[in-house]
Amino acid sequence: MTNAIVFAILSTIKIGIVIGVLLLVIAYLIWVERKVMAHMQVRMGPMRVGWHGLLQPIADGLKLITKEDIIPANASKILFIASPAIAMVPALLSIAVIPFGDTISIMGVSIDMVITDVNIGILFILAVSSVGVYGILLGGWSSNNKYSLLGGLRSSAQMISYELSMGLSLIGVIMMTGSLSLVDTVNAQTDLWFVVLQPVAFLVYAISAIAETNRCPFDLPEAETELVSGFHTEYSSMKFALFFMAEYANIITVSAVGVTFFFGGWRGPFLPPVVWFLIKMALCIFFFVWLRSTFPRFRIDQLMQFAWKVLLPVAVVNVLITGIVMTLL
Amino acid sequence: MLESLLFIIMSLITIACAIGVVFQKNPVYSAVFLIQTMVSLAVLYVLLHAQFVAAVQVMVYAGAIMVIFVFVIMLLNLNKDELEGDRNKMPLQKPAAIILGLILVVMIGILMTRATFSGAEGEYTPEVMDQIGNTQLVGKMLFTKYVLPFEIASILLFAAIVGAIVLAKKQIIKEEK
Repeated sequence: MTNAIVFAILSTIKIGIVIGVLLLVIAYLIWVERKVMAHMQVRMGPMRVGWHGLLQPIADGLKLITKEDIIPANASKILFIASPAIAMVPALLSIAVIPFGDTISIMGVSIDMVITDVNIGILFILAVSSVGVYGILLGGWSSNNKYSLLGGLRSSAQMISYELSMGLSLIGVIMMTGSLSLVDTVNAQTDLWFVVLQPVAFLVYAISAIAETNRCPFDLPEAETELVSGFHTEYSSMKFALFFMAEYANIITVSAVGVTFFFGGWRGPFLPPVVWFLIKMALCIFFFVWLRSTFPRFRIDQLMQFAWKVLLPVAVVNVLITGIVMTLL
Repeated sequence: MLESLLFIIMSLITIACAIGVVFQKNPVYSAVFLIQTMVSLAVLYVLLHAQFVAAVQVMVYAGAIMVIFVFVIMLLNLNKDELEGDRNKMPLQKPAAIILGLILVVMIGILMTRATFSGAEGEYTPEVMDQIGNTQLVGKMLFTKYVLPFEIASILLFAAIVGAIVLAKKQIIKEEK
């Protein structure tokens, strides 16, 4: 019985810490993005609130909470309110199976640095994140606005297309480790990172991860030059903020999965595991911001053709070659 | 104790959502209830120690197939008259549905009362599954014992896809002529 109580207390603490850190990181990601993009465009970015705008996220948060919450007259009210939550919950949930450190022991109790190591790890992430698309889809539909609807439709088409190649790109690595658990995946990379053994898979994963998070150059669901701001045109106040936070939470999740599968997870010399994990994550996230300020947006037909005619065949061939090589060796 | 409590709660949610699918007038709401039914079913699978099936259930049904459903419903963007439809078009629909539904209930009832729960355990108990690994076990069974039904099912799905493309193309070729 005491074991169960210790387990319950530890899990609660771990969930609390992870969610707390995650929400804080999301808030500061927005600051990082604004700052990095500004410097890339030879601007200063936010400077007024705090030292170099460091308190800007807090000011933004307070502003969004105090703004008027508008629900359009002809909106489908229940779905309109539920959609931001449907987008946010899967984004936060999928972080639960990602290991961010080795097992440590404090006062005789060994603690795994992962909220829960389930046997189906990566499948859990893929399944949960595939539900996240409903937030965007239903949000776009329930606003009763043609721009919102177009944004929602585009997003669902895009996310279904790129989800396939994303899953297939990870299968190469799963075949080599022989396990779906993310802890096992990290343990299989003690000597060599999988980015060396599976470079094609990594490229496919990186491209489809950017498309899955609706980021530039794949940000068609909210293309502001065509659709005002896409699926969240009618959203205001904290509901809008939730969509925004879900996008950044998704960036964190795909970066964490990328680091775990291709860059050895928390493994690294000298520094503690958690620090290594955070450094690798930060580099991945910087890559996202860098892309956004570098590339122009795709056209919708190019986007779909690229997914089905280039990315998917490449991912399938990669799985095939991995299988052949593994049986021969 | 905890498992049976969860089972009762989740079954009730599943049934309530399934009823919601039928009684909603707006197809988008029906679809949302159907998604919820799929997800609750996945939780029931987890309670049966079938984590792999649960994840695939959410990924394939809730995450892919239902997205296409909702996508099509939104693309059609039906107005109110079209949604309610012509009730006189299919006068036999309601009585047929009631009769077929009753037959199904009777069949399930007969099966339920005839079945005997001897308490004998099969080869794959939860302990064995946890030891080998759920996913590994499903994979092994699919490619050894059940390889023929598995491949036949995939051919069936493939035929359905080809059929759908042929049907869609037919319309386009006709319009071009």
